Amino acid sequence: MFESLQEGLGSALRALRGRGKLTESNMREGLRAVQTALLEADVSFPAAREFMARVSEQAVGERVLKALNPTQQLVGIVHQELINLMGPVDHSLRLKPPLSILMLCGLQGSGKTTTCGKLGRMLVQRGKKPMLVAADLQRPAAITQLEVLGERLGIPVYAEHGASDPVAVCRKAVDEARRSGAEVVILDTAGRLHVDEQLMQQLSTIERRVQPDQVYFVVDSMTGQDAVNSAKAFNEALELDGVILTKLDGDARGGAALSVKAVTGVPIKFIGTGEHLDSLEEFHPDRMAGRILGMGDILSLVEQAHEKFDQEEAKLAEERLRKGEFTLDDFRKQLSQVKKLGPLNKVLGMLPGMGQMTEMMGNADAEGDFRRLGGIIDSMTPQERGNPKLIDQSRRRRIAAGAGVEPHEVNELVKQYDGMADLMKRMSKLGIRERMKAVQEFSRSAAANPGGRLVKQKQGTGKRLTPKEKAKLRRLREKEERRRRRQERNK
Amino acid sequence: MGLFDKIKQGLSKTRQLLNTDIRDLFRSEGRLVDQAFLDELFELLIKTDMGVKSAEETVEAVQSAFRGRVVQMAEVLEEVKKKLKALMAQPAEPIRHAASGPTVIVVCGVNGCGKTTSIAKLARLFTDQGKRVVLGAADTFRAAAVDQLTVWSQRLGVEIVTGQAGSDPASVAHRAVAHSQEIGADVCIIDTAGRLQTQYNLMQELSKIHRVIGKLIPQAPHEVVLVLDATTGQNGISQAQHFTEAVQCTGILLAKLDGTAKGGVVVAIRQSVGLPVKYVGVGEQADDLALFEPDPFVDALFDGAPPPR
Repeated sequence: MFESLQEGLGSALRALRGRGKLTESNMREGLRAVQTALLEADVSFPAAREFMARVSEQAVGERVLKALNPTQQLVGIVHQELINLMGPVDHSLRLKPPLSILMLCGLQGSGKTTTCGKLGRMLVQRGKKPMLVAADLQRPAAITQLEVLGERLGIPVYAEHGASDPVAVCRKAVDEARRSGAEVVILDTAGRLHVDEQLMQQLSTIERRVQPDQVYFVVDSMTGQDAVNSAKAFNEALELDGVILTKLDGDARGGAALSVKAVTGVPIKFIGTGEHLDSLEEFHPDRMAGRILGMGDILSLVEQAHEKFDQEEAKLAEERLRKGEFTLDDFRKQLSQVKKLGPLNKVLGMLPGMGQMTEMMGNADAEGDFRRLGGIIDSMTPQERGNPKLIDQSRRRRIAAGAGVEPHEVNELVKQYDGMADLMKRMSKLGIRERMKAVQEFSRSAAANPGGRLVKQKQGTGKRLTPKEKAKLRRLREKEERRRRRQERNK
Repeated sequence: MGLFDKIKQGLSKTRQLLNTDIRDLFRSEGRLVDQAFLDELFELLIKTDMGVKSAEETVEAVQSAFRGRVVQMAEVLEEVKKKLKALMAQPAEPIRHAASGPTVIVVCGVNGCGKTTSIAKLARLFTDQGKRVVLGAADTFRAAAVDQLTVWSQRLGVEIVTGQAGSDPASVAHRAVAHSQEIGADVCIIDTAGRLQTQYNLMQELSKIHRVIGKLIPQAPHEVVLVLDATTGQNGISQAQHFTEAVQCTGILLAKLDGTAKGGVVVAIRQSVGLPVKYVGVGEQADDLALFEPDPFVDALFDGAPPPR
């Protein structure tokens, strides 16, 4: 998500970084590249222009040019302006007892019905009693779709098959909600074009008659320049209270987020990040800005981990980790815990510096690999899991047959485990700060070595090098480093 | 109503917008082509979603032809049109039917781009031509997707092959094609679940559908249509790329062209992926479908401008 914007901005800023000294003219050049990146990310032209004007104003000033590290200053400015543009934010649904009414609207195919289900699930999790209302009488089987979602989630759905007036359906639904003691009603209205006056009129009639507490505009993050037009029209007809950005799990550049916010001034409340019903997240402009600039989004990851990891087990693993006893059993448990977080590349994308890694992994079937690894470990005896050194040729053959893999894959797993256990052991000796540093270093070395596996660090052989040899090695290392930097720049 | 009129009708919003805007550039008789003028032109082109690259190329063409001169609107329009037509040059491409046996069409696209409605339109097009159509409801993932297509099949009076929710979409596709062969249908249209082009596993599933159909009829699927939402921005390029990689798309159906969206991203797609546009969808009714023709598409964008003098 946001990767391409991230990439474009990244290369623009990298180009600046290579210059060493910033002058006003090459700063302008860099800023122009930033603008192109924004436009390619579908940020609407006026929004991009305004954004650039604000950034340039600050960037070209004396303060930045004379600063110790002008490029970082510039990154800081872009980061801050991104936050300013996408924020401030307000996640609260502003629920008020006894009954709150939420209304979803948007173009066809923006993801209203799915979002309706996701919101319902979120409310249930927060201990509320929601009710979904099928007010989309336009699209064939839209009512059935909502009913199926409601059944899956165990949330009541108000629907009238064969009804033709959505206004009446909404009103009756609210009465029904009062009667049945529901606390939140979510109206799923039909998708409509913002230029269809009759249908837009119908929306404002619903708003007038039903008086929803909150009206949310659901918008597809892949929308192009037209996002501005539709958002504006819906905002004029309805007075929106929030925006929900959907389908952010693809490679959508998400410029629509910036455009919609700029034109309506309405906060983005939630983002949809997957097809499954638990894929609705709160929108955080600071984290998103960080994500755009490749600074990662550790906080979201921590939050998700908190929600989905089994806390006790995590604590146990942490303890064993500290002691340096990391067995294949722990490895297996960690695999399944990480799997709970969602698709692996999504998880990796949230780690700082790992954005590149997900890109390099590209089409590698990480999920399949995970499943296979799990299968191999499951085919081992408890003794083997505790002490992988036991695994000889015959055991290896048995494990491979049990897991349906080739024997060499078992070997690879054991090697990988060795490398990992070694890393864990080293990490366990470090403090939290050094640990973060080690992770970053690890990700850097992984990025420089695509397809490489984690290997056990070689023990010293005890051989001493003469100062001459040492200097020679250092020169080689530096040369390699320079070459890698050059390659990165040219990429 | 002819197809040309239909495109024009669908594009009228786009036309009005672009037209008035371009006219604003020439409030009086002529205007000097300077940097400010070119910047404004660039903005107008960007707003069509045609992409930075295409817009820059167009602006450059205008610049080299008119820089420093005082120009008439018609002249510049001619230049812009010429450039766009050159970019979009392609013969009109309807569905190519199989020489014998059923023509199999697989319809794919991202979530919510309008696949099911577009399938209804295609089915209507073929039944109007007197062809016998079978639909295959291979979207077994999304809640009630099968019901949605079933409603359309009843409205249009065509046969439909369905499967259990959550079952293997490839098996539904297989049965649909087999059924078409059995009853001697002319066209078999397979609906697939919406998927984002970055979801590797789901794209694999799509390739599987492709392979399974090929086992029944070696040349099938004869057409793989990518449905593209006209409101889509530059992400459309990535969609075209990934879907073409997975299932060798043969063309684009540009849906939802009846709003203010311009669908200009097809210009960028044409440039980078080379995928032609076959049809455009211009409304919610089953007959709101028109064959795509590049020249009228470009002309309609600038229709109503004064003729060159």
